[in-house]
Amino acid sequence: MSLTTETPAVAEVPGPVDRIRRLITANPSVLPTIASVVIFVGMIVYGETAYGRIVQYSTLSNLLINNAHLIVLAVALTFVIVTGGIDLSVGSIIAFSSVAGVMLANAGWHPLLVIVAMIGFGALFGLVSGILIRYFNVQPFIATLAMMFLGRGLASLLSTKPERLPEESPIRWISDKIKIVDGPKVNDLTITPAVMIAVLVVLAAFFVLHRTRTGRTVYAIGGSESSALLMGLPVHRTKVLVYVISGALSGLAAVLYTSRLGTAQNITGIGWELDAIAAAVIGGTVLTGAYGYVLGSVVGALVLGLMNVLITRDGGIPPEMTTIITGGILLVFVLLQRAVTRKKE
Amino acid sequence: MNAATTTSAWRDLIRKPFFWGIVAIVALLALNVLKDPGYLAISINPNNGNLVGNLIDILRQAAPIMMIAIGMSLVIATAGIDLSVGSLMAVSGAVSMEFLKNVGDSSSAGVALAAVGLSLLITGILGAVNGVLVAYVGLQPFIATLVLMLAGRGVAKVITGGQNTAATNDPYRWIANGYVIGVPVVFILALGIVLAVGWVVRRSALGLMIEAIGINPKASRMAGIKPRGLLMTAYILSGVLAGVAGIMSVGSVMTVDISRTGYQLELDAILAVVIGGASLMGGKFSLSGAFVGALLIATLDKTVLYLGVSSSATPAFKAIVIILICLLQSERVRAWFQGRRKTIIAPRVETAKEEVTA
Amino acid sequence: MTEELPIVQMQGISIEFPGVKALDNVDFRLFQGEVHALMGENGAGKSTLIKALTGVYRIDSGSIAVVGQERSFTGTGDAQDAGISTVYQEVNLAPNLSIGENVMLGHEIHGLFGINWRATHRAATEALARLGLEHLDTHKPLSTLSIAVQQLVAISRAMAIKAKVLILDEPTSSLDAAEVEGLFAIMRSLRDQGVAILFVSHFLDQIYAISDRLTVLRNGQYEGEYLTRDLDRHALISKMIGKDLDALKSLGGNRRTSPRTADEAPLLSASGIARRGSVEATDIDIRPGEVVGFAGLLGSGRTELARLLYGADRPDEGTISLKGRRTEIKSPADGLAKRIAFSTENRRDEGIIGDLTVRENIILAVQAERGWARPIPRREQDAIVEKYISALNVRPADPNRMIRNLSGGNQQKVLLGRWLATEPELLILDEPTRGIDVGAKAEIQEAVAELAEGGVAVVFVSSELEEVVRLSERIVVLKDHRKIGEIQNGPGVTAQEIVDIIAAHGTDAAADDLGDVEGALPDTIAETTAESDMTAEQGAR
Repeated sequence: MSLTTETPAVAEVPGPVDRIRRLITANPSVLPTIASVVIFVGMIVYGETAYGRIVQYSTLSNLLINNAHLIVLAVALTFVIVTGGIDLSVGSIIAFSSVAGVMLANAGWHPLLVIVAMIGFGALFGLVSGILIRYFNVQPFIATLAMMFLGRGLASLLSTKPERLPEESPIRWISDKIKIVDGPKVNDLTITPAVMIAVLVVLAAFFVLHRTRTGRTVYAIGGSESSALLMGLPVHRTKVLVYVISGALSGLAAVLYTSRLGTAQNITGIGWELDAIAAAVIGGTVLTGAYGYVLGSVVGALVLGLMNVLITRDGGIPPEMTTIITGGILLVFVLLQRAVTRKKE
Repeated sequence: MNAATTTSAWRDLIRKPFFWGIVAIVALLALNVLKDPGYLAISINPNNGNLVGNLIDILRQAAPIMMIAIGMSLVIATAGIDLSVGSLMAVSGAVSMEFLKNVGDSSSAGVALAAVGLSLLITGILGAVNGVLVAYVGLQPFIATLVLMLAGRGVAKVITGGQNTAATNDPYRWIANGYVIGVPVVFILALGIVLAVGWVVRRSALGLMIEAIGINPKASRMAGIKPRGLLMTAYILSGVLAGVAGIMSVGSVMTVDISRTGYQLELDAILAVVIGGASLMGGKFSLSGAFVGALLIATLDKTVLYLGVSSSATPAFKAIVIILICLLQSERVRAWFQGRRKTIIAPRVETAKEEVTA
Repeated sequence: MTEELPIVQMQGISIEFPGVKALDNVDFRLFQGEVHALMGENGAGKSTLIKALTGVYRIDSGSIAVVGQERSFTGTGDAQDAGISTVYQEVNLAPNLSIGENVMLGHEIHGLFGINWRATHRAATEALARLGLEHLDTHKPLSTLSIAVQQLVAISRAMAIKAKVLILDEPTSSLDAAEVEGLFAIMRSLRDQGVAILFVSHFLDQIYAISDRLTVLRNGQYEGEYLTRDLDRHALISKMIGKDLDALKSLGGNRRTSPRTADEAPLLSASGIARRGSVEATDIDIRPGEVVGFAGLLGSGRTELARLLYGADRPDEGTISLKGRRTEIKSPADGLAKRIAFSTENRRDEGIIGDLTVRENIILAVQAERGWARPIPRREQDAIVEKYISALNVRPADPNRMIRNLSGGNQQKVLLGRWLATEPELLILDEPTRGIDVGAKAEIQEAVAELAEGGVAVVFVSSELEEVVRLSERIVVLKDHRKIGEIQNGPGVTAQEIVDIIAAHGTDAAADDLGDVEGALPDTIAETTAESDMTAEQGAR
């Protein structure tokens, strides 16, 4: 009389092949995450053969430097999507945060305070979203859609022309290039503090999601919110928290982006929510929640960044196609996820 | 006796979904009149007999908003959403302008009609794509339409090659700028379409069945309603109506602005629908309410400009209004108003089961 | 087996919801080291009582004491802290997480760098060991386990937090005989370890197999607490439905039996239809103009079987024939097209469309059949609506009132009108008189009788035995997802007979099932049934 299903219940240490096989069949995000790594590598190979000068220090450095903010956004969305929600306001939060931040810097505020304020603004937006969703049962997409318009509107109220960060502002240091490897001519491996911050964010997110009770609650909420409640987990508090995290990380992304550009404008970040969602989805985060890896989202962000590089390098594809391509990729991945989850039902 | 009947007549009026919308319009106009006592004046242009005035402008500006509001009403009634309407407006404008520019004939009504037809066909097809994703693939409506919302503008850019294409065609231009008996054509057209859709929706069983699946999809299924066709119809209509809105918007300046045409107008559409009394959770809808909502938004836009506030900030106000209305529609606030005390701590999932199986 | 002080003592518990008193001055007590069953039919209040004990609901009056200390729970966390752990019917675990994680969720072991997974999984294995499940690989996702084992994982979660009280709410509904026996073995083991187990189930055999004591609730009120061995099945059933044995005998069939020719072709014939987890292979024939009653206790599969006949659910096995021809009923719309109408027992969630008017609700199914492009002309609408409002005496007789403002009874009548308007040949009514006032009940029963006389076949599903007896020509008795008997109604047939069939069923079926279960019968079962007629009842069905 066996109480388990087909899989034999053995207590021995599973070999690596078994482990991988088990991982793939059980978890809908594993395959897409692996797929995204494969895609990334494939794109590099293709780019190198088609255009050349891809696999070199400067390209890879720029990939990281130019997409540090997107990586942070992808991490933010991962938290929210795993719980089964969504955050459409990230781009607008960046717009508001950066414009407000630059204006504060120009008004003479201490740069550290400016950075804290920028993150704080983002957290505030997130808090409002979280409260609407948790206490008033507003659907996440509506609540964050409203925040999206609110953020952009407030940013436009503040200023409609580009605001320049002071030349000497220490904030710009965040994007100062640090040469790690001095290669031939301009082909150096460089990094910026912004990239390091992004890496720290990823590591912190990984730690929270995989090694803290709060992080496991995030996954549990995505798996079954009602079960999580009955299991006594702090569901409500955690739901608000993920939106605050998302907002705060958007504020941080604003810091990284503004430090690199040196200017802020109310039209910044339009469409970035799509990029962030696409990055998370490509990286294996399932849109309906419960499954997702932060590291996968990072790969997803890099895939998108690399796609931009290849498109520019190609020159044949008009830049306006990028949104269509991103949207198309997102759609394909979403459909794939749906097919997999439907089979499970 | 007389007082009682008047109060009950008042109460019925207040309950009508668009009542508060009309109140808000009146309030906004009053605000404008404060600044300029002659604000409401309507005069007749001696040259062409057309009506001129701020109110006329509002009617003209409201026309495209009415179109997307009607489409959004139907989609929201099915408990869905269509975030792509703004982008579809841009697509429609892009198709029209490119077509007209390439054909070149600037006075043929046939060409104008062809441009209109082509634009509506394309946006209708895109609406159908949304419909398929929602009804057959089973994607959540916001994700299905979000993709088109963000990629749609890219499609428009590809159609025009990134340019803000301009074209000339008098009959096409007349749609947006012409006057008939002194009244703007675009408004008459919009009004006509609203009435036509309203007639189809209420005369046939379409409205009833859409409301049914929005209110209670399970019960509707048990009653034999098949939701897929209804969902497809709603999303296709939304796409076509967005196309009409795009034509109206682009026709007034005969140029499509790839970044600005229809930009953030999905917000206007959603706002008009909720002002009109419909719930974002789906169910009963009111086209007349959405109509008033669209008028209110046009009035709001014009007022904001008139009072000197930057127009790019209006989305902030609109967002706040939507949030407030969501709050008012939420269970918690409604219960608070009715003074109901709940003994239940757990989510409402439990209560439904409890009342059946206790 | 029992100790002096109960570990849980609930006294005078009352909980009221808008419009209904779910619990009225109910007492309940639970001792360490016992399996205590909570019994009651629909609306009895079992579920509410449990939710009060687990902190889901707040109590309006009364007291709860755990280990002698009075407690007031403001959430599920409180109840868990008090040592009360619950396993619900639908396994309430996170399917996307691993087995070990589910066992320890919320109580993971932390180290220097956050959660120490190795230690956590080890603790999980220890908790699972208490249930004999130490061989499970805790790293595997929960979804790789069968529902039965997932349930055991849910129980071991309770063990992981050292629960003193374990509440099992309908744990056996989706289990087969072997899995139930496995669960019972574990329950006995836990009981012997001193855990107090509260067991809710409607499977009578299981109650007699596993429980030491039972408490009966009816209509939110406390009926009594008994030692299982002191109460035989007849007495238990009659306490649950509230009629004593003599009264049951007197509820006879008044049904005028119209002469039925033996070779009349059945309108609908279902052969071997089954659906995993809800209905076991069953044969049913329904003849034109016949009223067939489905009788059985809660959970017997009445509703599930009815839903299969209508197309609300699809059968996994078996065939359905309409008028002799094999058909498949794919959906409610398909059922309606084949002239079968179904009125659900859950009128709030699956019946009324609350924000629509009475008129709209009545014509909805007819309209759905025609499609949206062919609206029913207003005059025809009025005629239909008028006809059924008056025929069924819907009050207030205002077709433009929103249906959610009508009383339950009138809502039910409007729904009945909806189905009748489609002019079905077979009408399936699932609990049509539940929760409605006496007058409306009588009116609906009248309507059913008239329908049958008009040639419409009716399947009447109800938990009220006297109703079934009063109306049906033929009564199908169901128990534990299976048809166990059929009675031809007539003068002299009483509700008592139905109860007898249900009560007696355990013995024969159990003996059959025992065929492939190895191992001797546990001793405790023999103890509890020493006096009663029924012998050798098993945990299996």
